[in-house]
Amino acid sequence: MIVTRAQAHAFDAAAETSALTAGRTDIGAVVTFTGHVRAENGLEALTLEHYPAMTERSMAAIAAEAAARWPLLGGTVIHRHGRLLPGEAIVLVAVASAHRQAAFEAAEFLMDWLKTRAPFWKHDGSGWVAAKASDDDAAARW
Amino acid sequence: MQILYFAWVRERIGVGEEVLAPPADVATVAELLDWLATQSPGHAAALADRSAIRVAIDQDFAAPDAPVAGAREVAIFPPVTGG
Repeated sequence: MIVTRAQAHAFDAAAETSALTAGRTDIGAVVTFTGHVRAENGLEALTLEHYPAMTERSMAAIAAEAAARWPLLGGTVIHRHGRLLPGEAIVLVAVASAHRQAAFEAAEFLMDWLKTRAPFWKHDGSGWVAAKASDDDAAARW
Repeated sequence: MQILYFAWVRERIGVGEEVLAPPADVATVAELLDWLATQSPGHAAALADRSAIRVAIDQDFAAPDAPVAGAREVAIFPPVTGG
């Protein structure tokens, strides 16, 4: 019910969101989060390495966990890998439910768990980006 | 046993994957890391700070005390930084 994809190419967040609600009259809330590459500290590009076999499994497991915890009516999670330039979208979480609370909470949960459980690693051109304790804290609250 | 490395663990060890046969007394993830660290200076450097090492067995996260018996694919990497 929640579709997950890891891909190198760009995604169309608006089209992905529209697809969630096309032909549906039961969905009352769609929450969409799009993460973008920031140009900070002179960043020229981010390169994301990942572990393909585990990426697929972990994204599906995280999505299944969200679907078990909230009454969701659909969702799409896309995480990109490879080389991304500042301004490019890197991750999409879009979730649909009857009411807003489930959609808001599930979107936050999905992002928090993606950041701490999906096997992606960012390289900023000068070194590997270090994991943040605040991300672990955010994931642990669920 | 197929062993995969990612990010700076891969860079410090110098290869992305290798096939190794740990001795029979290597029973847990922690013991596997101890044994791997003896394989080369690169392995030792990559695995020096165990707090910065995460392990997956057959694509699932595994704790230091998890058994490695029967593992087909062991992946060793830093804490993830996606999102």
